[in-house]
Amino acid sequence: MAVDMTQKPILVVKDLNVHYDTGKGPAKAVNDVSFSLRPGERLGLIGESGSGKTTMATALMRLTRAPGRIVSGSVELDGQDLLKLSDKDLREVRLRDIALMPQGAMSSLNPVMRLEEQMIDAIVAHVPNLKRPELDARVQQLLKQVGLEPEVARRYPHELSGGMKQRAAMAIATSLSPKVIVADEPTSALDVVVQRQVMQTLGRLQDGLGAAVVLIGHDMGLIAQFADTVGVMYAGKIVEIGPVRQMIEAPKHPYTKLLVESLPGIEVKQALVGIPGLPPPLVNLPTGCSFNPRCPFAFDRCRSETPQLQEVVPSQFAACHLYPDHKELPPLPARATRELHA
Amino acid sequence: MSKEIVRYIATRFGQLLVVVFVAVSVNFIIPRLLPGDPVQTALARLQTSGGAANVDIQAVSAAYRARYGLDAPVWQQYINYWGDLLTLDLGVSFANFPEKVSTMIGNALPWSVTLLAVATLIAFSVGSLLGARLAWPTAGRGIKSLVPFLMVLTSIPFYLLAIILIYFFAVVLKWFPPAGGVDTTRIMRLDWATTYDILEHAFLPCMAIVLGNVGFWALGMRSQMVNVLGEDYITFAEAKGLHPRRIFVWYGMRNALLAQVTALALSLGSVVSGAVLVEVIFNYPGLGSLLYVAIRGQDYFVIQGVVLMLIVSLAVLLFIVDLLYPLLDPRIRR
Ligand SMILES: Nc1ncnc2c1ncn2[C@@H]1O[C@H](COP(=O)(O)OP(=O)(O)OP(=O)(O)O)[C@@H](O)[C@H]1O
Ligand code: SF4
Ligand SMILES: [Mg+2]
Repeated sequence: MAVDMTQKPILVVKDLNVHYDTGKGPAKAVNDVSFSLRPGERLGLIGESGSGKTTMATALMRLTRAPGRIVSGSVELDGQDLLKLSDKDLREVRLRDIALMPQGAMSSLNPVMRLEEQMIDAIVAHVPNLKRPELDARVQQLLKQVGLEPEVARRYPHELSGGMKQRAAMAIATSLSPKVIVADEPTSALDVVVQRQVMQTLGRLQDGLGAAVVLIGHDMGLIAQFADTVGVMYAGKIVEIGPVRQMIEAPKHPYTKLLVESLPGIEVKQALVGIPGLPPPLVNLPTGCSFNPRCPFAFDRCRSETPQLQEVVPSQFAACHLYPDHKELPPLPARATRELHA
Repeated sequence: MSKEIVRYIATRFGQLLVVVFVAVSVNFIIPRLLPGDPVQTALARLQTSGGAANVDIQAVSAAYRARYGLDAPVWQQYINYWGDLLTLDLGVSFANFPEKVSTMIGNALPWSVTLLAVATLIAFSVGSLLGARLAWPTAGRGIKSLVPFLMVLTSIPFYLLAIILIYFFAVVLKWFPPAGGVDTTRIMRLDWATTYDILEHAFLPCMAIVLGNVGFWALGMRSQMVNVLGEDYITFAEAKGLHPRRIFVWYGMRNALLAQVTALALSLGSVVSGAVLVEVIFNYPGLGSLLYVAIRGQDYFVIQGVVLMLIVSLAVLLFIVDLLYPLLDPRIRR
């Protein structure tokens, strides 16, 4: 579905900060994150493990648990700030307006309840007074939509394969036609064939509902196939966000560039490249740009001043001091390329 | 019922039979491994200590001979032994000759079973509920301050608890009778006065068992619940917009209870032995007191009968827990 860019956003996240209280002080797992999402838009969020994707996803629905803490910011869904709702109103919004497919959907189903009970549980929480036959019919319809057989309803989670569990979680997440679906690595534990099927199902469902999707993953290839917009997270920040083609063909942030370079090509057998160095500790972020210890372009300003997201080319934003002095990302210095291929 | 369930029950029942078979056989073999004649020795000792002055040695010997068919070969004795057991003939008491051991056990059993079942059920449910609440994020400071108290309770031995309870509530405050199952003068009838009398006597022993166990169940449940609450299905349940109460019971407790029931099965032995001690201290007319008196009086057949009874009841209890488990956990129904 094409996204109508003139429509006003359905989800607006502003300056979201989530910290984990640790013995050494707060770990800033989500650090001043802002983005918005239009109805029907597919946003892919990628980042290394530990970059704060799950923390962000759970904070969107205020599911953050101790030692995690939403410090500041706002998450406006259709104009109302979820972070300010009463517990009761928040419960009503969850699933009905914004649904989460948690990371590890494999373990997202209660092992001692039949699938149908877990589906009915969700529906009844929002639409009480439904009669059992109506609920059964609804369950059957939802299962069919995600490509599961009717008899799966009577099964327990341990009687389902990984792909089936993922589909079941999808059936539950879409059961009330939410406006926003947050899918946290929905395919990471599946084999490639099943991954594609699950992604196709998710795409089809989303089209049907007209819902916006936040798809989280660390596989640039898979995200690129699905998303309209791609956001790149590094150390709790979105460092670049923009339309998928531009992001892959002309990344602006050095980190995005290195991520794209590290995509293994299909035709040419290529030495698998990585990004030298490790992500910084979140409790003790480097001053200035968090990426400066690993960045091949780092200069003095990077070590003193934190870069803000800026529109480098239309609708593509990057948080990097190279702009606006440069128009394009300069070619990677030879030293960095050598290191990458070492 | 599916074929799998039938097979599961059949397997567990088979295990029960094996345990009973082994217990009975050991009970048969051990006296025969001892040098000399344990019954004669016991009688002789009783005689010299004057503890069984009114025992008719001839009669006991005759009973004893009749019981084992001493001149028959061992396999014949073994078969006879089983025959006796199946007709509930466990021999006779020396101390209360000619009272049958089966009658004595029959009188004591209801007391023990009721006391233990009620106390364990209370301790298990109160403890589990308390533990689950303690693990829930909204647990207040009031309920959390119970934790050190529960830890102390788990480390106090049963008998000490019993003695403390007797001292305060029976000796100092005189709210409850210090010992026995009913008033010695009571004529047992099915009426309100008798019931009240029984409850009044059962209260302190019951409290001793409950207090001795509740900490164990609460602390166990707390750690189980903490684990369960970290699971992805709890996050998903919250994301579904379910009411916290529903998540607490059906997603949290329901899963945490699985490990509690396993613990229940594993701890039955110590629960029973603890209850035996409590009965002795309260002079409660159950199996524990019966065993204690029999050991002190070297009442051979009574000891044998009660021990056999305890082993068999433990096996039956385990069997019941085993049957309960697949009802709770669908993953082991296959
Ligand atoms: N309960 C916690 N206590 C302390 N720190 C935590 C906790 N959960 C996460 N973190 C920290 O927060 C950071 C972000 O974690 P998060 O799970 O959001 O990463 P992610 O991007 O989803 O990674 P992955 O791709 O592995 O799922 C990590 O550095 C992690 O160490
Ligand atoms: S701000 Fe500096 S360190 Fe950060 S990405 Fe840009 S060039 Fe590299
Ligand atoms: Mg994650």
